[in-house]
Amino acid sequence: MKRLREYVSENSRNPNVIAYAAMAIAALTFPGIAQFATGGNADYLVSLAADGGVFVLLAIGLNVVVGFAGLLDLGYAAFFAIGSYTYGMLASQQLISSPIHHALHVPFWIALFLGMFIAASAGALLGAPTLRLRGDYLAIVTLGFGEIVPRFFRNMKDWTSGVNGISALDVPTLPFWITGPWANTQLAIEQNFRFVTFNVTAWYVLIVILVVASVLGVNNLYGSRLGRAWMAVREDETAAAAMGVNTVNTKLLAFAIGASFSGFAGAFYGAKLSLVSPDSFGFIVSITILSMVVLGGMGNIPGAMIGALLLYWVLYKFLPDAPLQASSLAHNLGLDSLNTVTPNWPGIAEFVSRLKFIIFGLILVSIMLLRPQGLLPSRLRSAELKRGVHDEPVTMVT
Amino acid sequence: MIGALARTPAALRNFGNSQLATLIGILIAAFGIVLTIQHVLQHDASFFFQILTIGIADGAIYALIALGYTMVYGIIELINFAHGDVFTLGAFISLALFPVFGIAEGASGFSYVLPLLAVGLITMALCAVVNVAIERVAYRPLRHAPRLAPLITAIGMSSILEGAMYLWKGPFNLHYPDLLPLTRLNIGAVSIGVKDLIVLTLAIVLVVAFTLFINLSKLGKAMRATAQDRDAAQLMGIDINRTIAATFFIGAVLAGAGGITYGLYINSVAFDLGFITGLIAFTAAVFGGIGNIPGAAIGGLLIGMVRAFSDSYFDSSWTEIVIFGILIATLVFRPTGLLGMRVPEK
Amino acid sequence: MSEEPAPILSLQGVIKRFGGLTAVDQVSFDVPKGQVFSLIGPNGAGKTTLFNCITGMHVPTAGKVVFEGRNIAGTKPYRTAQLGIARTFQNIRLFEYLSAVDNVKVGEHVRMKAKLWDAIFRTPFARREEREVTDKALEYLRFVGIERHADNYARNLAYGQQRRLEIARALATEPHLLLLDEPAAGFTPQEKVELMALVDKIIARGITVFLIEHDMKVVMEVSQRIVVLDHGEKIAEGPPAEVRNNPRVIEAYLGKSA
Repeated sequence: MKRLREYVSENSRNPNVIAYAAMAIAALTFPGIAQFATGGNADYLVSLAADGGVFVLLAIGLNVVVGFAGLLDLGYAAFFAIGSYTYGMLASQQLISSPIHHALHVPFWIALFLGMFIAASAGALLGAPTLRLRGDYLAIVTLGFGEIVPRFFRNMKDWTSGVNGISALDVPTLPFWITGPWANTQLAIEQNFRFVTFNVTAWYVLIVILVVASVLGVNNLYGSRLGRAWMAVREDETAAAAMGVNTVNTKLLAFAIGASFSGFAGAFYGAKLSLVSPDSFGFIVSITILSMVVLGGMGNIPGAMIGALLLYWVLYKFLPDAPLQASSLAHNLGLDSLNTVTPNWPGIAEFVSRLKFIIFGLILVSIMLLRPQGLLPSRLRSAELKRGVHDEPVTMVT
Repeated sequence: MIGALARTPAALRNFGNSQLATLIGILIAAFGIVLTIQHVLQHDASFFFQILTIGIADGAIYALIALGYTMVYGIIELINFAHGDVFTLGAFISLALFPVFGIAEGASGFSYVLPLLAVGLITMALCAVVNVAIERVAYRPLRHAPRLAPLITAIGMSSILEGAMYLWKGPFNLHYPDLLPLTRLNIGAVSIGVKDLIVLTLAIVLVVAFTLFINLSKLGKAMRATAQDRDAAQLMGIDINRTIAATFFIGAVLAGAGGITYGLYINSVAFDLGFITGLIAFTAAVFGGIGNIPGAAIGGLLIGMVRAFSDSYFDSSWTEIVIFGILIATLVFRPTGLLGMRVPEK
Repeated sequence: MSEEPAPILSLQGVIKRFGGLTAVDQVSFDVPKGQVFSLIGPNGAGKTTLFNCITGMHVPTAGKVVFEGRNIAGTKPYRTAQLGIARTFQNIRLFEYLSAVDNVKVGEHVRMKAKLWDAIFRTPFARREEREVTDKALEYLRFVGIERHADNYARNLAYGQQRRLEIARALATEPHLLLLDEPAAGFTPQEKVELMALVDKIIARGITVFLIEHDMKVVMEVSQRIVVLDHGEKIAEGPPAEVRNNPRVIEAYLGKSA
C-alpha cells in the first residue's frame, strides 16, 4: 500500500502514467457507461470501440518498428493482411477449395498464436531486403510490399477466394463466460460460450485483454537489452555495431516483433468481422496507422495508443456522423437550400462526407509542421525533433 | 539463418552495381527481346505492335511524370508524393477549362489546336503554382528535419490534393473529350494510331525542351549544381530557395502536360488516378536511375512497355505486382537504377 | 629478464586500397599484450583506416589481422567486439539522446545473457540481470570519473566527459584490446594528465591499450612501444626513445626541409 502511495506521488505529473491510468479507467468503464447513457442501445458503440482496439494493437506494433527502431515503414498493412488471411485460412472452410482440399478449423486461441508467429516470420522476411537501405529507400520498399501483399492475396483465388474474400470465419469459444448488467443482461454464467457477433461486450473484453498483454510485453522489451539495442541502432548504427550489437538481427527483430502484433490484430479482426477481404489492407490503412503513431507520439507506447484512439474516433465516428449532423444542422437553421442537390452542389451531407481526405491530409501536415513530436512524445523524440537531423556524429568541440 | 538471407542482397547488390552486371544485363535483355519478337512475329505481329505502341505511349506519359519525381529527389532528396496528384490536377483543370474555350468533343480536331494550346498553358501554369505552393508551405519548413517529417507531409499533401479533387467532382470517372484524330496508319502488318504518335511526339517535344533547358540555361545549371552539392552551390551565389522552387515549377509543368496528354489518350480520369499512376511513374524514375534525367525518360518508356505487355500477354491482375516487384528489386539490388548516379548509402 | 609477452594483435602485410588510392600499404607489426602501444603519424597517414581494418569496419584488401591467434581480417565489427576488441572514435560517436548510463549499458549488450522471452515476460532472471547491468554500468562510470552525470543525456555532457563516457562504454564490452582513436584531442593539459592516469588504470586491469594520438608528449609518456605510419607505410617501430630520434620520423612530421 505504501509503495502504491509512493508510486502515485512520484508519478502524478508523468504524462505517460496519467495516460495509462486514463485509458485503463476508460476501458473498464466504457461499456457500462455507454449502455447506461443510451438506455441499453450502446451495442454499436461497444462494437466500434472493440474495432478501435484493433487499431490500438496495430499502432503499438508499428510503434516498435518506426518509433523504437527508427525504420520507416509505409506498408505496415501488409502484415495486418498476413495476420488476417492466416486466420482466415486456418479457421474456416476456405482451404477446401485450395489444392490441399482440407478445411482446417484451428481453434481461435491457437490460431491467435500461430498468426503471431507467421506474421513475425513475414516481418523478418519482408524486412530482410531493406536492411542496408537508407531511410527513404527503406520506406519505399515497405510501401512496395504494402501494395504487393494484398494484391497477392487477392490473386491467389484458390486459397483466398480472391476478390470476395474469406467469409464465415470461426469464432472463439470458451468453456464459460460471465455476463451482467454492463452487457444489458442479468448477472449470470454462460456455459459453452461462443463469441457471436451480437455479443459485443465479449469482443470488447477480449481486445482489451490483448491490448493489455501487448502493452506489458512491449514495455518490458523497451527496458531490456533489445530495447536499448533498438535505440542504439537508431541513434548511430556504426557505433552500435562497434559495441557488439548485431544490427542485422536487431532490425529484423524489430520488424518481426512489430509484425507479430498484426498477427494478433488480424486474428481478432477476422474472427469478429467474420470476413477477410483484400480491400481492407490498402495504402490508406498503412498511412492511417502511421499517422496514429506520429500523432500520438512516436516511440512512446501510451502515445501511440492515444493517437490510435483519437484518430480512430475521428475517422470512424466523427467523420461518418458528420454528414448527417451537417444536414440536420442545416435543416434546423432553416438553411434547407444547402440540403438540396443540384448539378453543381451535391448537398451539404455529401459535401461534408467528401471532406474526409482533405481533413486527413490536413491532420498529417499540421502535426508535422506544428508538433512533430506528437501529442505525448517520448522525452527522446521530443529532444531529437526539436534539434533536427542528427545523423552526423557529435563533432569535436575545438 | 534469416541473417544469412539478409546478407545476400548486399553481395548481389555489389555485383548488380558493377559494370560486368550491366553488360550481362544488356546482353540478356537483348537476347530476350530478340527471342520474344521472333516468337511473337511468328504468331501475331499486329497485336504485338499494337501493344508495343500502347506501351510506348503510356510510357511517354509516365516519363513526363517521372521527370518531376527525379528532379525533385535529385535536388532535395524528397519523394514528392503529391506529384502524382498534380498530374491528375492537370487533367481536372484542363477538363474544367474546355467549356470556357469552347472545346468539346465532335468537330474537327484541327480547329482546336490553338484553344487547346491556351488551355494547356493555363493548366501547366496553375499546376506549377500549386506545386510551388506545396513546396513553400509543406516542405521548405522541414528541410532540415529528420527524414520522416517531409515524407509524412508529402503524403498529407497528396491526400489534400486528392481530397480537393474529390470534393470538386466526387468519386466518379469523368469523361475527357476525345479530341485526337482517330485515324490509324497501316504499314504492312503494323497498325499505329495517330493518337499514339501525337502522344509520343508531345512527350518527346517536352522532354527535349526540358533537356535543353536543364543543360543550357542558367537556371538549369543552377538546378544541376544544387542537386550535386547544395552548400557549394550556395557559396557560388545560387539562390537555393528560388532554384528549388523552380524545380517544383518545372516538374509540375511536365506533370500537368502529362495529365492533359493522359486525358486526351485514355479519355477518362478520376480523383484518385494520381496515386497508382504516381507510384508507377516513381518506379520508372527509380528504375531509370533516381536523380538522372535521361534515366527517368527511359525508365518511363520501359515501365510503360512492361505494363502493356504484362496486361496483354500475362495477367493484368499481376501487373501491378510485377511493377512494384521491379521497384523493390531495383532498390535492393541496384539502387542507382539503370543509368543512375551513385547514391551514397548509410 | 622475463620473455616478451605474446602479441595480442599481429598485423601481417595488411593492405587497404580504395579504388586507386592505397591507404594502408603492407603494414606489419605486433601489439604486445598488456602494454600501451601507440600508432602515430602525420594527418592522412592511414591510422584510422588501420583501426577500421582491425575492427572490421573495413575489409583489408590483403594481409592478415591476427587477434589472439586467430585471423580476423574481414570479420564484421559486431563480431570483433564479441571477440574482445573495443574502440572509441576520432569524432566521438555516442548515443546522443541516451543517458550516460544507458550508453554504457549498450556496451554491456554483448556480454548479457537474457534471452528474448526473458525480456518480454520480465522473468526473475531478466530482472536480476538488469539490476546487475545497471550496477556495473555505474561502476564503469565511476571508473572513468563521471558517475555524477549518470542520468544526463550524452549530448549534454561536457566535451571531456563525453570522451570519458566513450571509453567507459567501450570498457563495458569487457575487451581484451582497447583501441582509442585520438582520445586526447581537444584536451587541456590537465585533462591529458587525467587521461594518462586512466590509461594506467586500464592497463592495471589487464587490458591492452592501442592508441592513435597526435600529442607527442602524451604518446611518449604513456606508451611502451610505438609504430609510425606515413602515407600508409610503416616507417618506424620501437620503444619511445628510439622512435623519437628516428630521422625518418622527424622528416615525416617536419618535412624534408627540417
